[in-house]
Amino acid sequence: MNFGESILLALEALVTNKLRSALTMLGVVIGVTSVILLVALGTGARNYIEEQFAGLGTNLLIIMPGAETQGPGAAGLTERPLTYDDAEALDRQAYLLQGVAPIIFGSVQAKHRGETENISVMGTTPDFATLRNIRVEIGSYLSDSDVTGHRRVAVIGQSVWRELFGAANPLGQTIRLNDTSYRVIGILEKQGQTLGFNMDDMALIPVTSAQDLFGREDLFEILAGVVRADRMEEAMDQVTSILMRRHSQEEDFTLQTQAALMGTLDTILTMMTAMLASIAGISLVVGGIGIMNILLVSVRERTREIGVRIAVGARKRDILRQFLIESVVISSAGGVLGILVGAAGALLFRAATGFPAEVTPWSVIIAFGFSTLVGIFFGVFPARKAARLDPIEALRYE
Amino acid sequence: MLIRLEKVTKEYTLGEETVQALVDVDLQIESGEYLAIIGPSGSGKSTLMNIIGLLDRPSRGTYYLNDRDVTEMDDDELAGMRNRYIGFVFQTFNLLPRQSALANVALPLVYAGLDRDERHERAREALRSVDLGNRMHHLPNELSGGQRQRVAIARALVNKPSLLLADEPTGNLDSRTGNEILELFDNLNRGGNVTIAMVTHEPDVAARAMRSVRVFDGRVSEAR
Repeated sequence: MNFGESILLALEALVTNKLRSALTMLGVVIGVTSVILLVALGTGARNYIEEQFAGLGTNLLIIMPGAETQGPGAAGLTERPLTYDDAEALDRQAYLLQGVAPIIFGSVQAKHRGETENISVMGTTPDFATLRNIRVEIGSYLSDSDVTGHRRVAVIGQSVWRELFGAANPLGQTIRLNDTSYRVIGILEKQGQTLGFNMDDMALIPVTSAQDLFGREDLFEILAGVVRADRMEEAMDQVTSILMRRHSQEEDFTLQTQAALMGTLDTILTMMTAMLASIAGISLVVGGIGIMNILLVSVRERTREIGVRIAVGARKRDILRQFLIESVVISSAGGVLGILVGAAGALLFRAATGFPAEVTPWSVIIAFGFSTLVGIFFGVFPARKAARLDPIEALRYE
Repeated sequence: MLIRLEKVTKEYTLGEETVQALVDVDLQIESGEYLAIIGPSGSGKSTLMNIIGLLDRPSRGTYYLNDRDVTEMDDDELAGMRNRYIGFVFQTFNLLPRQSALANVALPLVYAGLDRDERHERAREALRSVDLGNRMHHLPNELSGGQRQRVAIARALVNKPSLLLADEPTGNLDSRTGNEILELFDNLNRGGNVTIAMVTHEPDVAARAMRSVRVFDGRVSEAR
């Protein structure tokens, strides 16, 4: 019997028991669907992160206080802090940097005419806007003279505007940040959430004013742009040598690139996706056990048929192949169905929520390959049982 | 000589006991013969049938089929020999219930490696030879007992075997239908030169054969 006929024979047997075949297949369908869906969601999460990073601007270098070996948790406690002067030095000396933005963070109470809000304040310099692609919608942004003059001016985010002023025009108005008066000079464009960080809820003030406001000199971090992405390494060396000169030759700070951070997140998400896919793979194995179960029943029911086939000249391997192909047909048909359902589900989810779920070719290949393997693996035992039947007893079987 | 059994013994172990189903059986069947194998149930005639039909192996002794020693052959070779030289007819017909008469008859040709067209052609021919040319696409449960047995006979004959092995072929049929089957056997034997070995416990059925052997307590003797 050739291979094509074996498959026809298997299909015939499956069609004869439609409901049973369908239910058996369902186990595989569910397994494959979940693999496809979960991988699509995991890939979606990676896509989402990539989109977010793309919005953060490129060629970014982040300089944080604290040596790398101590980890970020110990930052700035025992080490020499990063200061505004460090940032100034970088801006003057590091020719591979294009824009240096010192950053101070703090939380304050903002008041305007009886309205009170707890908001985040970021003290920075004009370069921050270029580095992070931030634009002002109305009014103006911080200027160099605002920074050098310790001016009490603020550029506020959209949410801060709405909460403190309602619909009124805030430009030129005064808000009080921890009982110091600041004049509102601009409103930021709507930014939305970026990696759990929302500029809409913030007020930007000159970094020098922030030092006055919070009564501290040390910076949270320094953000710097590198002239070209391929000169990142050189720029990092330059920054390191400039800062070490200022910090008594100690490397008590950490450099991080946007690319490295993204790589780390990408690795974590890839691992999570693989883990989710493996868990879904377990249900595929359960589906395989379902196939084995049904095939064992089928072998028992068709004992006489097997006996007849052996009597008229079927070899053991013919019988083995017949049942193995049945198993593989169930599992791979279930695989194809599962891929279709999973892909449809992922696309529907994407259409409904906008989450960038993506059905990747490799997940389709792996899901199909794995479901076929499951069919072979769990088909072997029943098929061998069939092939090893004693024809004399099989022919007498009631 | 088509079939030659020399000192064939078959033993089974049941727990601690060894049961001898066949003891030193010498039996020869010539091409074109019509042989009845008679004997009470439990005498060993089914074991003899199974050994002749290559479904079972002797514990000792030698079996030559068409002058080839089949006791030395492996399972795959035996399957090939069954396919080419033996046609089985069972008491309970043993047709595949969900396959048409045509597909049932064509089954041995599937394992002979013939292509679909040739299988169907030869299956149609075999069905016509048992007067079932007009029932080819019926399922077994749409046929009468006699018709089913004739489908089974067509299946046994389709690959032009050397030997038709029938195990109580009329056991599940009423006497009139049984008679029709026996007439078909007569015709096949006389007209078609088909060699037949038939197991039966009914003396009047055995009487239709050219020659009878009796199996009793595992030993075979000429009955007539």
